[in-house]
Amino acid sequence: MSTHIAGHTAPRGGAEHLGTEGFQEHARQALQDAPLQQALQLLVTNFVPRRVAAMAALGNAEELRTEARAIKERTMARLDEYLEHFATQAQRVGVQVHWAHDAAEARQIITGIAQHIGAHVIVKGKSMATEEIHLNPHLEQHGYEVVETDLGEYIIQLAGETPSHIIAPAIHKTRQQIATLLHEQLGTPYTEVIPEMTQIARRALREQFLRADMGITGANFAIAETGAIVLVTNEGNGRLSSTMPRVHVAVMGMEKIIPRLADLAVMLKVLTNSATGQKISSYVTMLTGPRRAHDLDGPEELHVVIMDNGRSAILRSANREALYCLRCGACLNVCPIYQNIGGHAYGWVYPGPIGAVLTPMFTGLDTAQHLPRASTLCGACREACPVKINIPHLLLNLRQQLVERHDASWAERVLFTLWSWIMRHPRLYEAVIPLAALAQKPLVKQGWLSRLPAPFAGWTQSRDFKAVAARSFRQRWQETLQHERPVMYGTTPEKGLAHE
Amino acid sequence: MTRLAERPRPSRVALFVTCLGDVFYPEVGEATVRLLHRLGIAVDFPRGQTCCGQPAFNAGFRQPAKDVARRNLTLFANAEYIIVPSGSCAAMWRVFYPELFADDPVLGEQAEALAARTYELAEFLVHVVGVERLGAVFHGKVTYHASCHLLRELGVAEEPRRLISQVEGTELVPMDLAEQCCGFGGTFAVKYPEISDAMLQKKIASLKRAGADTLVSCDAGCLMHIAGRLRRQGETIHIMHLAELLNASSATDVQTSKP
Repeated sequence: MSTHIAGHTAPRGGAEHLGTEGFQEHARQALQDAPLQQALQLLVTNFVPRRVAAMAALGNAEELRTEARAIKERTMARLDEYLEHFATQAQRVGVQVHWAHDAAEARQIITGIAQHIGAHVIVKGKSMATEEIHLNPHLEQHGYEVVETDLGEYIIQLAGETPSHIIAPAIHKTRQQIATLLHEQLGTPYTEVIPEMTQIARRALREQFLRADMGITGANFAIAETGAIVLVTNEGNGRLSSTMPRVHVAVMGMEKIIPRLADLAVMLKVLTNSATGQKISSYVTMLTGPRRAHDLDGPEELHVVIMDNGRSAILRSANREALYCLRCGACLNVCPIYQNIGGHAYGWVYPGPIGAVLTPMFTGLDTAQHLPRASTLCGACREACPVKINIPHLLLNLRQQLVERHDASWAERVLFTLWSWIMRHPRLYEAVIPLAALAQKPLVKQGWLSRLPAPFAGWTQSRDFKAVAARSFRQRWQETLQHERPVMYGTTPEKGLAHE
Repeated sequence: MTRLAERPRPSRVALFVTCLGDVFYPEVGEATVRLLHRLGIAVDFPRGQTCCGQPAFNAGFRQPAKDVARRNLTLFANAEYIIVPSGSCAAMWRVFYPELFADDPVLGEQAEALAARTYELAEFLVHVVGVERLGAVFHGKVTYHASCHLLRELGVAEEPRRLISQVEGTELVPMDLAEQCCGFGGTFAVKYPEISDAMLQKKIASLKRAGADTLVSCDAGCLMHIAGRLRRQGETIHIMHLAELLNASSATDVQTSKP
């Protein structure tokens, strides 16, 4: 197992994301990647059943999800007002609020703060928002030492990779791979015992917390009513990152706003139960301003960077509800495609079903064409989503946009034009069926075909295809069925039939 | 299924057999007609019908999908009930037709009205006709594959199982991944064959764990997909549409699609 880290054949994301155009190839490699396949088993054996059990134990999960969605709907309908209200309230308690139009501006603001306070070492809590703006490489280029402190993030930082899951960034790695990584990167004795491995990471990270002069985290929620930001974590690193260094910077997408403190009760419940199957996470940290005069600890400065980075456009689009996402990862866990190919194949920050919706909207439909299309629209994601985002329908919207922008293959265009013509002309349709039955004849074996021509050849790579029936239904209808009559109900004593 | 009020037992329905059923699985439509006949229900088959439009709709080609769908609005305008022996195609009529014509006041209203009268076969039997026991006889160990659109777009989960469990001689056994997608997804199976097959392999592994000799589902698409792989592997598990199972009797020679 230990040799699988270096020179790995599967897509691993590196420090830079892979890009979405190579989706097919990444997916193929992932399917062949034995350790990845082994690691992904955890979704089925652990993540999914834990969420299902936790939601069932709630007793009112359905009502909570409905309520959580309603909160999101209300918020998004008047997002500008809530954002302003949040900013006002946050500033009132001493928070420095920054607005970033795009990723570049967000990076600039954050490096600006680091420069201003003369930072050297920056510790980070887990944050998808900072992944989205590729913050770490940027900070490193500017000479800052950046240390991820979430265990999963720390592991992939040591490996020089990117997260493959929204809440379990190193899920693509097996325990043995991680053991080797820690041994090689930290020079500690090799161990596969999980408590020993976490101790190794803990010791290494504690030193970093003591050295750090700046902490960067995300924010799970920002409460307009109080100006507080909320961090939901399990390892305590979020609390250390936000309170030990002199300066704390929280980076958030502007959709993280919730109107009232009372809303948090609902949102927290659906978030932690959906994400990890926990009633509540080990830590919920509510930060209302930096250290006050009489406080014993806490940062001297608290900055909140509120990021648009494409969200306004989503808000105005037919796919607005994509902004309801809480980043719980539940849709990834249940997705039969994610379960098979993992997160890196998706090529960008957000993988899985919600990633297939968000990525094209954040990075442009041109380069992410595969993502909306690589779905069976099975709807398992929607069923798991704590705010009931109708992901399959959003994917259908994106597919429509792709076609409208002429991003469909020539073959597909011809095919559907032809298809539509045939389907609108029943006589033609009726004439085509026997022709197809005739044409296939030399290839049919016991009613099945083992090879189809392009562009359908993909099917018969691993499956046979049903041959066109010798007599279609409409033929059978014409010949026999239309002459058959229903039994007169109540007059024919048919055995065991039809009792209420 | 709260939209169903107490109504007299239907005496006449229109069948939308689906293009897949018409061309590849005519025995499913045949079983559906005979089943309804046995219940005393007359069946119309509007001749002009072809496809529901879903292949184009799912691929993002909404205009061609609309062109095809519009014909059905007219063709079935006078049908009191429209019976579709496919969860996927029924979902197209019920969920996506109203969406497709939402911006057209006249067609939109027609689509809504049509959607309200459209039923997938299993839900029609259980909720509208009000029967679960149809006098079918089939000796075998049967497991049920829940097709995604039937389960998650139409919310039909237990109805097919209830119908299966009433068949004489049939033992309904559970399958651990019964509600997991088989990887068909229409053109997905052709465009992403490796991922599709990986999903299918998991489905088949689950099917084998279930220990059933027959797999029953309500969608010809899933059945073709699963059967195509079983056949390629040389497995002997039978594949059957729910309509075929419910129409099976000790007297008739049941046509099963052997892989």
